[in-house]
Amino acid sequence: MNIASVAAAGSLESGDLQVTIEPADKDVHVEISSGVLRQYGRQIKKVVLETLERLDVRAAKVTVVDRGALDCTIRARVESAVFRSAGHTGAVPWGGAVKE
Amino acid sequence: MKNDRRAEAKNRLRRTMMFVSAQQPGLMKDAWIYRPDSIIFDLEDAVAENQKDSARFSLYHILQAVDCGGVERIVRINGLDTPHWREDVRVSVAGGADGIRIAKCEKASDVQEVEAAVEAAEKEFSTEPGRTLLMAAIESPRGVLNASAICEASERLFGAAISGGDFRKCMQTRYYPDGVEMAAARGNLLLAARAAGVQCFDTVFTDLGDMEGFRAEVLMNKKMGFDGKSIINPRQIQPVHEIFTPAPEEIRQAEKIVRAIRENADKGIGVFTVDGKMLDIAFLPGAVRTLALARASGLYEGEL
Repeated sequence: MNIASVAAAGSLESGDLQVTIEPADKDVHVEISSGVLRQYGRQIKKVVLETLERLDVRAAKVTVVDRGALDCTIRARVESAVFRSAGHTGAVPWGGAVKE
Repeated sequence: MKNDRRAEAKNRLRRTMMFVSAQQPGLMKDAWIYRPDSIIFDLEDAVAENQKDSARFSLYHILQAVDCGGVERIVRINGLDTPHWREDVRVSVAGGADGIRIAKCEKASDVQEVEAAVEAAEKEFSTEPGRTLLMAAIESPRGVLNASAICEASERLFGAAISGGDFRKCMQTRYYPDGVEMAAARGNLLLAARAAGVQCFDTVFTDLGDMEGFRAEVLMNKKMGFDGKSIINPRQIQPVHEIFTPAPEEIRQAEKIVRAIRENADKGIGVFTVDGKMLDIAFLPGAVRTLALARASGLYEGEL
């Protein structure tokens, strides 16, 4: 999917995270801030990158502010931000590009 | 889905059906820990209009990642007059929800329209056909008057719930502790549900500070014959389960009745007396239900 405009999803409530995604010329850059960065930073980044790859996002700048979210919530918020950025409002490919 | 398995799924115990906003993943993943009988993940009123898309992604992943330890997982979809409900149905089926709560149900064709969308989604996502159950939330005078047709609208429908907020507004009234403003609606919906052989649930009680008022309403629900109640907070689970739990004497009596009916049926006797009370096969379902309630509350471990 093509990152066409700046979009965000999620919140700063406990158990959630906020994902902001912006267009970039090339490559995917991920920046993470989290209270549990040292223990989970690498895992959060892995989940973000996997999700972006599944959605075929090749170029983007992604900012993540984590509040102790589960992997499944990280996936949901990244997907939500990507679909918003791409202006996708039709049927979502549940179980296809969007899956657990 | 095999008929007996579906009947079992439709008739499962639902004393408490707890709403949880699909906009709050932190709450969604933990809600089952409080052990309500069912969780209703809400895509409708609890989700802001501009967060409907995002709530669906959260819901999908929670349904896929968290099995909720046997607690039933229902999704309340947006009304049929919104652009959201079809995608709500797709995500519920794709995620593997046990059932869908149809908001603002007014007529039988509302149920059938959702049923058609569910069927299509079950095909699209290769879900077992017939797995996704339905329940109707009735929130208007028209819905109450059409309750009978609504309750008989689909083989998938396991029950109907009265929803007080909108209903009271339509009737130009408000909440009163004695429930007089909802008496006709509750009574009519119960009659319709019982006639159709489906379950019936009462509306939410919104004042979390008034536990006495809450308990009084739940007691009235039990007396009227409701199966359970829609609730909004884990603190409301315990009182409902307590009030819907049979007393030890009722449990012993129910056990006696089930035993006597079975033994006498084997001997070919139809009518007989237990403790001076005349009994026949018509008493069996009530007694079985009492034991199921007792078992769910951990008060009965017998073999019946």
